Amino acid sequence: MAEYSLLSLLKNAWSGNRDWKPAWRKPDPKPEYDVIIVGGGGHGLATAFYLAKEHGITNVAVLEKGWLGSGNIGRNTTIVRSNYLLPESIRFYDFSVKLWENLSHELNYNVMFSQRGILNLAHSPAQADDYIRRGNAMRHGGGDGVWLTPAEIAKKVPGVDLSQNARFPVVGGLLQPRAGTARHDAVAWGFARGADRRGVDIIENCEVTGFLRDGDNVTGVKTSRGEIRAKKVAVAVAGSTGRVMRLAGIDRLPIESHVLQAFVTESLKPFVDTVVTFGGGHLYMSQSDKGSLVFGGDLDGYNSYAQRGNLPVVEEVMSEMVAMFPSLARVRLLRSWGGVMDMSMDGTPIITTGPLPGMYLNTGWCYGGFKATPASGWLFAWTIAKNTPHEINAPFTLDRFHRGAIIDEKGQGATPKLH
Amino acid sequence: MQITCPYCGPRDLAEFAYQGDANRTRPDPASTDQQVWNAYVYDRTNPAGEHREYWQHAGGCRSHLLVVRSTLTHEITSVGFVHDKTPSPARSRRRGSSKGAGA
Repeated sequence: MAEYSLLSLLKNAWSGNRDWKPAWRKPDPKPEYDVIIVGGGGHGLATAFYLAKEHGITNVAVLEKGWLGSGNIGRNTTIVRSNYLLPESIRFYDFSVKLWENLSHELNYNVMFSQRGILNLAHSPAQADDYIRRGNAMRHGGGDGVWLTPAEIAKKVPGVDLSQNARFPVVGGLLQPRAGTARHDAVAWGFARGADRRGVDIIENCEVTGFLRDGDNVTGVKTSRGEIRAKKVAVAVAGSTGRVMRLAGIDRLPIESHVLQAFVTESLKPFVDTVVTFGGGHLYMSQSDKGSLVFGGDLDGYNSYAQRGNLPVVEEVMSEMVAMFPSLARVRLLRSWGGVMDMSMDGTPIITTGPLPGMYLNTGWCYGGFKATPASGWLFAWTIAKNTPHEINAPFTLDRFHRGAIIDEKGQGATPKLH
Repeated sequence: MQITCPYCGPRDLAEFAYQGDANRTRPDPASTDQQVWNAYVYDRTNPAGEHREYWQHAGGCRSHLLVVRSTLTHEITSVGFVHDKTPSPARSRRRGSSKGAGA
């Protein structure tokens, strides 16, 4: 498969764009692989890509029950950031941002990573103190954080209601300039193409229906397209973690599945060129290249495997949007959808060996899955290849909950709906 | 989504506060087995389908409810008072029900 380049663009334009080859093959499953990755979303595909690229393990299959990228990789609000407080989180998400910065080049695929910054608005002196503390922690960990006064915010994001009469007056904001957005589908397609070119089989419409076991050891999977054996089976299925792990006999995990809704408005002229979040409630918003405002808020707040939510959250998110940008009150909503989040008990992801021998698990992404895609894949690939976590994901193993070593960014305790 | 409060009748979801998974059983308070307590605090069955869970009619009669709801369709098949189904000797300790308050 050819490299994408200016030359290939010109050549294909000349021939009427009729000669483009599909970006990945559609192979039939082989009877056995070195590694099977269950889940053809962003994290699964990234894992396959880095297994091949960093570790030379190319006898790999990615099994996807539906179409490639039909889960959360296409359901998020495309935000990439690393504005965290705790050292373990800062190190992990900063590593991810660094991978993002070189990703289009590395994949030879334009993922449209746009470092337009993220601005967290603070609405009380206490919240300002908290954000400044977080900004200092980010800088201390080698990241970038800048405190903006209301006057600076007025210049950067003209639409924000900065009046003292606002229900939640803005006292300042924490800006992470290196944060931004990326084209989420392109991330899935780019990783898929990159993995496929290195020999990975991406098998769509292949649902895992059970696990092959030899005693405790996991030795393969049963699928809707037959049994496939493997030396190592890695699970990266985000919102389906509970269901898939139950097939392996694991019926208790430190996660709950919750639904998170997202929204898109009609297209507007350029309105906001950064990601803005509302601290008086919980809302994050950016403008896509097509002009739509893409935004979301809190979880619906109860266990759910349904990829749709209920109206109270819709109402709350809209009211926060109008509180932040009163000029958007008459903008019409075009689409809304839901995605299922695997919410961990401390709000931090799990990238781990186990819980069974021969098995590896990548889960617990809460709200943070999309921005973590490259780092999650890179570190999960390392964990699978070396049978032990990398230094960066060593704090993210499954046993941390039973060792008392939780990483609770928000200090909410084991209450997943609040993370 | 509506929840039919046994006291107030069918009311909108917005009136209710979710209090979490009702499948867990609090270990014997005298137990000092750390694994047992860790499992109680952190591990969940997280079923795709019928789920027993606690809600509070926070914007109404403030009763603590035990609801059986499908996590796939949001369909509710049963609603009762927590104290009818899971009598708890420690009920007076936290917001009416030690189990109802969730983790």
